[in-house]
Amino acid sequence: MKDTEYMKNRKIATESYRQTIVRRFRKHHLAAVSLGVLLFLCSAAVLAPIIAPYDPDAMVGPFSGAPCREFLLGTDQIGRDVFSRLLYATRVSLLVGVMATLISTAIGVALGLIAGYFGGVADMLIMRFTDMVMSFPYILLVLVAASIFKPGLWNIILILGFVDWPGIARLVRGNVLSLRETNFVKGNIVAGMPLRHILFSEILPNTVAPILVYATSVLAISMLDEAALSFLGMGVQPPAASLGNMLNGAQSLTILTSQPWLWIPPGLVIVVLVIAINFVGDALRDALDPNSEKR
Amino acid sequence: MVIEMKEQIPLIRVENMKKYYPVKGGIIPHTTGYIKAVDGVSFSIMRGETLGLVGESGCGKSTIGRQLVGLEEPTEGNIYYKGMNLSEMKKEERRKIRTNLQMIFQDSYSSLNPRKHIYEILAQPMLYHKVSTRETVEKDILKLFDMVGLSKNVLGRYPHEFSGGQRQRISIAKALSLNPEFIVCDEPVSALDVSIQAQILNLLRSLQKELHLTLLFVGHGLGAVNYVSDRIAVMYLGKIVEIGRAEEVFRHPVHPYTRALLEAVPVPDPEAEEKERGILQGEIGSSAAPPAGCRFHPRCPYAAEICGKEEPAMIKAAGRRDWAVQTKKAADGAEQTAKDADRTAQTAKGGDKAVQAAEIGDKNDAAADMDGIDNGHYAACPRILDK
Repeated sequence: MKDTEYMKNRKIATESYRQTIVRRFRKHHLAAVSLGVLLFLCSAAVLAPIIAPYDPDAMVGPFSGAPCREFLLGTDQIGRDVFSRLLYATRVSLLVGVMATLISTAIGVALGLIAGYFGGVADMLIMRFTDMVMSFPYILLVLVAASIFKPGLWNIILILGFVDWPGIARLVRGNVLSLRETNFVKGNIVAGMPLRHILFSEILPNTVAPILVYATSVLAISMLDEAALSFLGMGVQPPAASLGNMLNGAQSLTILTSQPWLWIPPGLVIVVLVIAINFVGDALRDALDPNSEKR
Repeated sequence: MVIEMKEQIPLIRVENMKKYYPVKGGIIPHTTGYIKAVDGVSFSIMRGETLGLVGESGCGKSTIGRQLVGLEEPTEGNIYYKGMNLSEMKKEERRKIRTNLQMIFQDSYSSLNPRKHIYEILAQPMLYHKVSTRETVEKDILKLFDMVGLSKNVLGRYPHEFSGGQRQRISIAKALSLNPEFIVCDEPVSALDVSIQAQILNLLRSLQKELHLTLLFVGHGLGAVNYVSDRIAVMYLGKIVEIGRAEEVFRHPVHPYTRALLEAVPVPDPEAEEKERGILQGEIGSSAAPPAGCRFHPRCPYAAEICGKEEPAMIKAAGRRDWAVQTKKAADGAEQTAKDADRTAQTAKGGDKAVQAAEIGDKNDAAADMDGIDNGHYAACPRILDK
């Protein structure tokens, strides 16, 4: 778009919404550090094929070798490089987390919008279904689903995605219910704007902030779930590495007591990832809330 | 009056509008009753006219406004736009005329999307309805800004960066942007302080003249409503109790409720004598179970036994007032007829026109008998007292 009058005026008139958010976000030092850590781990995961010194699935060293200069984090029981496996495992865990979150957010937002805006029978059906999904013991539901479908990376993503949405659906529905009654939505109805404009241009942008915050916690939870599933043997299947099945492989007492390099690194990565994501989510909540600070 | 008469079809005509909201209750939720927000209201608004709608909070005045612009459907009754019945219209037709009926809300803060800047808020509906094109939209918006008194450098700002008065100006610009014929102003100045109120009222008045708009001005401040309105309708508990030309309703209020409202207006003069004010006793009744008979009778200082039994119909007030005066003076009916004829002749200024006017007057009287609406002064109180 050409630099029209209003764009020019905008530049001198005010900081944009995005700038405001960035400024508020940076006030949370912990979150800023967490974001740095997250970026570091993400880039390590993305660049795994370049960084990793060895093929993660190949036997390249001694069995259960302690960390040394050649194998930074040692080797596992069958001689695979733990550092390389850790990089690939982080990659898998992040992929599962992000994809499952995207799927569940999409489902939750769509159902929440429909239930909240149209109300009536649609609302009743959707919300009762949501209650039903929520009332199942979560891990059991995932386990049953995982045992029905063949365990594997994409099945795990789909299962987690289709189980995590009720929270987001409820959140969106609640927001839509209140936004539907605001004057700007009514004003646009009076102005004869089409439904898609009202839903996606007026209502949705005003509920993006809570969705984003909630999505970060879903991201953390689904990464934990993937780890739990893989640990139970229902998740990502060996030889592919994931943080969960690396821990799974380190269950025996000998490993726990005498070979800590096999379980401390993946455990630590999970903890750091989840904590960092939660900190970022908290800071986002404050930064995106228009009432958190009067300008 | 005579000149306005030539447009026979009112721009907006409301016929026996009712809006009941169901009340759910019980262990197994079911409808236990209804809130009768609007309970049988009829009026019409001529093109280029401003009708003021006053009443206490909760009397149903905003509900009427919302139904006129199509945000809600009346439970019963019809709304006619240029003689076309809105509820019988097909969806497509309704969509087309929808932009002709716009609304300005009370709370200007929530009437602008906080995530969009002013340019987007104004441009999107204009582009969608092809009122303007991508090339001209900016110029058109600036024209609107000129009309409502905003400077052009506000285009890229967000709603929270404005004061209440400015936001209300933006809301007005938004309502005007689709070139409407009719605008419902739902208490547009109630949330503003007094000096800003005056500015906005003046703006609305001048815009109305300039663009020949038709307005329904909803408000509870009698002063503000009187200032912008040609005619005023006073509502109490879902019904119109008095309607008529603004100055008439103001100078010669007929219904006891209107009188009480007018007496309650504080006089901004510290030197003024402390006159005895008939402040209303009691609370506004429940719209779930309105009082039987005249809804105002539990609070009415003039209430008699019959008021609690019979629901009063709308009665032409001017004649009744004269009648009351006459009984006092013990004059006879013939004199009254002569007086009426005199007045008609005066208004029409000329013999031919007098006949014409009388005819129209007759017609109006006939219409009034039917649904109790025309440009005359009517009140729903048969015990009109000329105190």
